[in-house]
Amino acid sequence: MIEVKNLTRYYGEKCAINNVSFRVEKGEVLGLLGPNAAGKTTTMRILTCYMPPTSGDAWVAGYNIWEAPMEVKKRIGYLPENPPLYHDLRVEEYLNFVAKIKGVPGNRLKSQVSSAIERAGLTSVARQVIGSLSKGYKQRVGLAQALLNDPDVLILDEPTVGLDPRQIIEIRQLIKNLGGDHTVILSTHILPEVEMTCQRVVIINEGQVVAQDTPENLTRRLRGTERILLELDGDTRTVEEVLGRFPQITSREVEKLSGNGHVRYALEVTEDIRNQLARAVVESGVNLYELRSEAYSLEDIFLHLTTKEEEAVA
Amino acid sequence: MKKLLAIYQKEMKHFFYSPIAYIVIAAFTVLAGIFFYLYLSSFVEAAFMDMIRSQQFRTPPQKFNVNLQLIRPYFWNLALISLFVLPLVTMRLYSEEKKLGTVELLYTSPISVSQIVLGKFLAGLTFYLVMLIPTVIFQALLFVYGDPELGPVLSGYLGLLLLGSAFIAGGLFISSLTENQIIAAIGGFGLSLLLWVIGWAASFSGPGLAKVLNYLSVINHFEDFAQGVIDSQHIAFYLLLSAVGIYLTFKSLEAIRWRA
Repeated sequence: MIEVKNLTRYYGEKCAINNVSFRVEKGEVLGLLGPNAAGKTTTMRILTCYMPPTSGDAWVAGYNIWEAPMEVKKRIGYLPENPPLYHDLRVEEYLNFVAKIKGVPGNRLKSQVSSAIERAGLTSVARQVIGSLSKGYKQRVGLAQALLNDPDVLILDEPTVGLDPRQIIEIRQLIKNLGGDHTVILSTHILPEVEMTCQRVVIINEGQVVAQDTPENLTRRLRGTERILLELDGDTRTVEEVLGRFPQITSREVEKLSGNGHVRYALEVTEDIRNQLARAVVESGVNLYELRSEAYSLEDIFLHLTTKEEEAVA
Repeated sequence: MKKLLAIYQKEMKHFFYSPIAYIVIAAFTVLAGIFFYLYLSSFVEAAFMDMIRSQQFRTPPQKFNVNLQLIRPYFWNLALISLFVLPLVTMRLYSEEKKLGTVELLYTSPISVSQIVLGKFLAGLTFYLVMLIPTVIFQALLFVYGDPELGPVLSGYLGLLLLGSAFIAGGLFISSLTENQIIAAIGGFGLSLLLWVIGWAASFSGPGLAKVLNYLSVINHFEDFAQGVIDSQHIAFYLLLSAVGIYLTFKSLEAIRWRA
């Protein structure tokens, strides 16, 4: 549905994105993940034909951004970072206007507008002036605008910014439901959002794609090593001796807990040895308080990838 | 065409939903009214004095021409007020879109740059027409109480409309260059004023350049309309000037896209 090939964009001397390539299949929800100023917005602006890339190529909904930008624009819904709203118009008036410039035919105009109002949960404020709405509602008007004309591709730049927790859940649910019929690209720097809504993730840092995969695969990739947390109370030498029996432990960090004098070990292991470890500890007479494995979250991966990149650049 | 109309309607809404429109119309009407009153009273006074004189000395009264002595300078004044007021009409036409970030909506919708520009230009021109309505009422009074010629009045309005369209096209262009309305207003006024006074420099320059400067001066082309002469040369001048303004706006919008 969307194919991006070697996109590069310079702002004067400054390189915003460098050689970005990825694909999105029909009905998929793709998350563009990256810290601020990583090039997410630039990528989206190129895909929506807001501005051309310095070099590279992209196809959206089957049309090339260079050759048929009008055809691309007919098939996308775009929510920019700041929702593009006219503060003096009423919600309905605004959506009517957007529907007209998007070329919704007159006989479908009314039904399209009212369905967009309904889907974005704007029924109660449809007749209000946009300028008087709260930030959350403004964001939803922006979303409603993107949904008009049932676009094949939805491009959402940080869609949940400025919303309260309940609205965030609603919007995420809405986006999740949109996948399947629509192809969705959304950008964010909030990791749980990606884990919850996206089937695939592209991580961008400093204008380059540093990883792309499903959230699960990305997590698994870092799972080459696993972490076990161990909370004990006993003779340090005995503990060291017990731990020394396991060659699977590649590194250990020790931390003395201030409250109860217990010791916490954070172990990196090559395989799951929780059961042997538990038995060995208990048999040696040391008191075992806690033993659990800790999975790496997308957050760790994100930090891992983006900081590694920074070091490489430096 | 439908999309152009959508832009046009939206712009008209912006005009009339904001207090600026009413303030601009009110200011224009008050100024136009004051000038009308001053011209009318001095005209009536002169005619009255002449009547007394003719009775005293038993001479036939002079012929006073309303068209020549009232309507003609009045049109010139309306043109002058337009020069000051139109930048306030055009200032937000494009700069507001930039400031609100709605350019992102316009540029990612299947609508062409020319549809955007023309929609906005026509909305500006319509607003100017609305602004002129009260002055029509003033002039109608002359027809009620006297009998001026209709022709010069109509040609005067045609001249105002053409002059206004050139100012609006220029103002729209300036507005497309900035996201600050104040800068757009001052720039639009500066450009219009420059085109107005450029003819003054003709008296100091050589004969060749003087011809060019006189031709460029927007007000020189207006005289004939105010007198009731419709010359295709002047119509062509204003249309050309408007076209240049619209073309420059078009180019500036396209350029923004590449620079952004």
